[in-house]
Amino acid sequence: MAQPGAPTGPQRPYTNGPVQNQLMHSPDGQGYNPAVPGPYPHQAPAKVPPHQSPGQYNYSGSQNVSQLNNYQGPGQTLNRPPVPAFSGSPVPQTGPAPQVLLPPALQNSAALSSAGSFPPGASPPVLSNWQYSQPPVSQPLGAQTSHLAHGPGPGSAQPPSSLSGSTNPPGSYQYAASPGGPQLQNSYMKPAPPPVTQPLTPLHPPRPPLGPPPVGGPPRPPTAVAGPPNAQSLLNSAANREGDAASAASDGSVVQNSYDAIEGGGLMATPHHSPAAPNLKMNRSVGYSYPALPPGYQHPSPPGAPGMHGAALQYPDGSKHFHQPALGTNHLTASMGGLSLQQEGLRPVNLLQERNILPTTLLKAPVPNLQEDIQKLNCNPELFRCTLTNIPQTQALLNKAKLPLGLLLHPFKDLSQLPVVTSSIIVRCRSCRTYINPFVSFLDQRRWKCNLCYRVNDVPEEFLYNPVTRVYGEPHKRPEVQNATIEFMAPSEYMLRPPQPPVYLFVFDVSHNAIETGYLNTVCQTLLDNLDLLPGNTRTKIGFITFDSTIHFYSLQEGLSQPQMLIVSDIEDVFIPMPENLLVNLNENKELIQDLLKTLPQMFTKSLETQSALGPALQAAFKLMSPTGGRITVFQTQLPTVGMGALKPREEPNQRATAKDIHLTPSTDFYKKLALDCSGQQVAVDLFLLSGQYSDLASLGCISRYSAGSVYYYQSYHHKHNPVQVEKLQKELKRYLTRKIGFEAVMRIRCTKGLSIHTFHGNFFVRSTDLLSLPNVNPDAGYAVQMSVEESLTDMQVVSFQSALLYTSSKGERRIRVHTMCLPVVTTLSDVYLGADVQAITGLLANMAVDRSVSATLSDARDALVNAVIDSLSAYRSSVLSIQQPGLTAPHSLRLFPLYILALLKQKAFQTGTNTRLDERIFTMCQVKNQPLVYLMLMTHPSLYRVDTLTDEGALNINDRTIPQPPLLQLSVEKLSRDGAYLMDAGSVMFLWVGKNCGQGFISQVLGVPNYGSIPQNMTHLPELETAESIRTRAFVSWLREQRPFFPILYIIKDESPLKSSFLQNMIEDRTESALSYYEFLLHIQQQVNK
Amino acid sequence: MESVVFIFSLIDCCALIFLSVYFIITLSDLECDYINARSCCSKLNKWVVPEVIGHAVVTVLMLISLHWFIFLLNLPVATWNIYRYIMVPSGNMGVFDPTEIHNRGQLKSHMKEAMIKLGFHLLCFFMYLYRLEW
Repeated sequence: MAQPGAPTGPQRPYTNGPVQNQLMHSPDGQGYNPAVPGPYPHQAPAKVPPHQSPGQYNYSGSQNVSQLNNYQGPGQTLNRPPVPAFSGSPVPQTGPAPQVLLPPALQNSAALSSAGSFPPGASPPVLSNWQYSQPPVSQPLGAQTSHLAHGPGPGSAQPPSSLSGSTNPPGSYQYAASPGGPQLQNSYMKPAPPPVTQPLTPLHPPRPPLGPPPVGGPPRPPTAVAGPPNAQSLLNSAANREGDAASAASDGSVVQNSYDAIEGGGLMATPHHSPAAPNLKMNRSVGYSYPALPPGYQHPSPPGAPGMHGAALQYPDGSKHFHQPALGTNHLTASMGGLSLQQEGLRPVNLLQERNILPTTLLKAPVPNLQEDIQKLNCNPELFRCTLTNIPQTQALLNKAKLPLGLLLHPFKDLSQLPVVTSSIIVRCRSCRTYINPFVSFLDQRRWKCNLCYRVNDVPEEFLYNPVTRVYGEPHKRPEVQNATIEFMAPSEYMLRPPQPPVYLFVFDVSHNAIETGYLNTVCQTLLDNLDLLPGNTRTKIGFITFDSTIHFYSLQEGLSQPQMLIVSDIEDVFIPMPENLLVNLNENKELIQDLLKTLPQMFTKSLETQSALGPALQAAFKLMSPTGGRITVFQTQLPTVGMGALKPREEPNQRATAKDIHLTPSTDFYKKLALDCSGQQVAVDLFLLSGQYSDLASLGCISRYSAGSVYYYQSYHHKHNPVQVEKLQKELKRYLTRKIGFEAVMRIRCTKGLSIHTFHGNFFVRSTDLLSLPNVNPDAGYAVQMSVEESLTDMQVVSFQSALLYTSSKGERRIRVHTMCLPVVTTLSDVYLGADVQAITGLLANMAVDRSVSATLSDARDALVNAVIDSLSAYRSSVLSIQQPGLTAPHSLRLFPLYILALLKQKAFQTGTNTRLDERIFTMCQVKNQPLVYLMLMTHPSLYRVDTLTDEGALNINDRTIPQPPLLQLSVEKLSRDGAYLMDAGSVMFLWVGKNCGQGFISQVLGVPNYGSIPQNMTHLPELETAESIRTRAFVSWLREQRPFFPILYIIKDESPLKSSFLQNMIEDRTESALSYYEFLLHIQQQVNK
Repeated sequence: MESVVFIFSLIDCCALIFLSVYFIITLSDLECDYINARSCCSKLNKWVVPEVIGHAVVTVLMLISLHWFIFLLNLPVATWNIYRYIMVPSGNMGVFDPTEIHNRGQLKSHMKEAMIKLGFHLLCFFMYLYRLEW
């Protein structure tokens, strides 16, 4: 709200009470005095965020950033060739050798002396900008060596062959030189190791010229770490550490560390506590961490498969990519090791011939090709992910690649470690309001340059003091500059009104139909159990409304012996029957509330009222909540039939299978308007739909979608007929009630000048161009945005994205959670493909397809999805591959793209030809829009594991539990064996398929029945047996369940089970009556691509 | 008679020009964050029907007074206005929907449309003026 620059929201003053003149007509004659303007009292004074002691910085040691100053040392001549292989070599150590200490001019001339060996076409850099531009990468080794007194030993010379490096034009490595700011250049790309956010103190001499990146050890499977690649990187680190006084002894450990870091892929995964380590790391260039593939990817093709097309085929334009100078044999092998991995990302994969492209572990996000110490600071991909980790420089290039550019966010995810800053000042850019972040550059101690708009800002006095180290004068070591994800305690400038108390209003459908389903028992009981766990403080307020064809309010006035029900039957003109006591303080009235929750389920058992006045009930709830804001939780079991917002059944059951004429658009704007009203008053509406018949979720869903709520759908909920749903509701409701919540939130996503966001996906209201209004924010919601390149990003080496979420916590503190991500800019199409993140692309396309099916038709959306694959693969074929191969080739990074798109086409949201209920389809579409990417991918492409042969080998150990990690299988019946049992994890549902000849051991020890025939038809639980197999299986299943906010039901099925068809439908790679098999789909694509 | 027709058209055209300018100003206010999407759209939606009617009236008038060329010139724009109004999905809050205006470049296309209409109305204005004097 108070996000500066956007105070435009239709905010009513806090004190505006619901002054309802109509109250005078109150049927039950509540003694309401109209003269009383019904002011909602300020429940609490403005709460000042408690000041936290510096100790609250629990920022993790994992993100340690080193003391850059050490590195800035004169010895950092980056274009030096690697030095001989002994790290203890006196030459590098004494490196701050005369020539390094030379003034820049001398340096330049020294460098120029080698310019003669520049390859033709690469003009030698001009003297004045030599420092900032990178000499051509293809510079032969000889040229480099001229900088050094010591010649390149045969064991040390590194070929400057790097994909991204060599394809970039000279000069593009270094951060664009800004006029007048010579010293600030931080280089972000890998080849140049100097650190980020590094204030160049006046002591520092200008940075010497940068040279081609030594090719270091690329990421490798963990087993390879100790092998030759390791030695290789040792060389590199030694080579680059010339100015460093660190002892040679630590080399090995450093390299090891860094390898782990790369392998782990996680940003926060590897703490380096040793004080020396970070220093060393700064200068180490470990080569390309691109692409960090899980081990399973490293050898995706079986031996002898066409994947090994040989170097010639793999790198058709190899001459461009690899300027491989003549090298000694050692070299060659070492660098080849690097090559094979580095290029894995771009290796063309013939999809028609590689059968087993699915990795055996879950796919990880690609690691951006950034210099490692920057990458280490980068935002966790679970929170912030971009579809292209190499941002194309121009819109033309982006259009050529035919891939969508966008971000996927999970900004409020529960984090185990989150640095929280309590500071009197929050340092932000004065022009674009960007929060200071690890990717800004410090010009000197007193000035920093914004990485989004490039404005130079002053560093405030207070910021110079680092509360963590208690040192003055180190602004670059403050937690704000060390963490890409950070939370600020916001001062009062960030509030338009005092932080609101947590207010929860529950609205229950109590019509005959609702009572029949028996949901009220479950919900009231769950609520009763979790009343104390509701996030909040002493100010928490709670209220209840029930409705059928009339609306019932409950007065929970202090002093009453039992709750008092007030019935409002005038649903055309809803009013609040009394000004107070409908929303009451939870702690002070707990007994009365518990009393109500206990009696509520019994109160309506005799009800014969079948009508449902949802619209008026929502209006009443809105009126009740609007003075404070908060959360409305609505339980609805049927189509609303009376009053405002009444809906008509629109579904034609016999048309379910066709994609034509289905109603995906809302039938009325009532819910949308109400949602926007709610949004304006900081009220969010969460909808629980428990309905057997058609309830027009397309219309109802709007109430949550635009008020930033969430939708839960329990199809055909019934406490007796469908008991598994009861457990699901209980578990999910518990999570819903107890999870973190943020109130009156706004989110802004900023990106570097030149990029612009043009479309938003998710549940919120876009209040102004880039401000998302989120009355409530919950940790289970994901968002997506689409971007375009408005102005070409020339001269930019990296771009950054920052999302800032300002919210009021349930404790009444105003907080700002900031995530910043930094990505490199590339100029060639092959680099764009190299950095493609196939999961993020699929997720974004799914969001776009939902929009398309609503605005146009479902078949349009399906065509668009297929075209997305065809277009990108043909663009790849025509623009990147110079040798046309037969078959269907995809870059390695996109090898799963067709599979994922096929999975999307077979997903409930987009499938045709099967009998999908309209509400179910729309619910899946809501989920596509609102789920974080991880869960969306799981729902789209389920995971299949064999579970009858679980072993403890490679198992995870969490809290003394051993969790087996079976490999992922492809989703094809061909992978199933009759002797096995398989677990399919489809996100919100799990199937355990037991084969006919499954081992007796599994059936008796895990399922607890004597033989296959006696497995019950509708088994949904694994019995708790004390056998090792049972413990293992249950540990695995519950581990899978714990990782997500919803509760997947486990169905145990065998061949004749009715649910087998659902199981088989999730077998994406197989053919169904109405959908192509994976191979057929590939053939179809191939046909289109080769046209 | 002729002059009455054109005097009326002229006045109507002026009104439409003002309306186009109002649309452009309001949309650019939204672009610059001076107003929020909700109020911008409710302001604009109020004027969609008057615009449709205003333009339809001139078009019909030209048909009745048998000015074929001017009628044919106006027809496509009038048809587009009516089409746009009719084709609003049932769940939307009008031609300008606050929940979608920031998506998929809608704001820009609305802006472009208002510009084109402004140009068109100016052209018509001078045409009517010319016919009036002639």
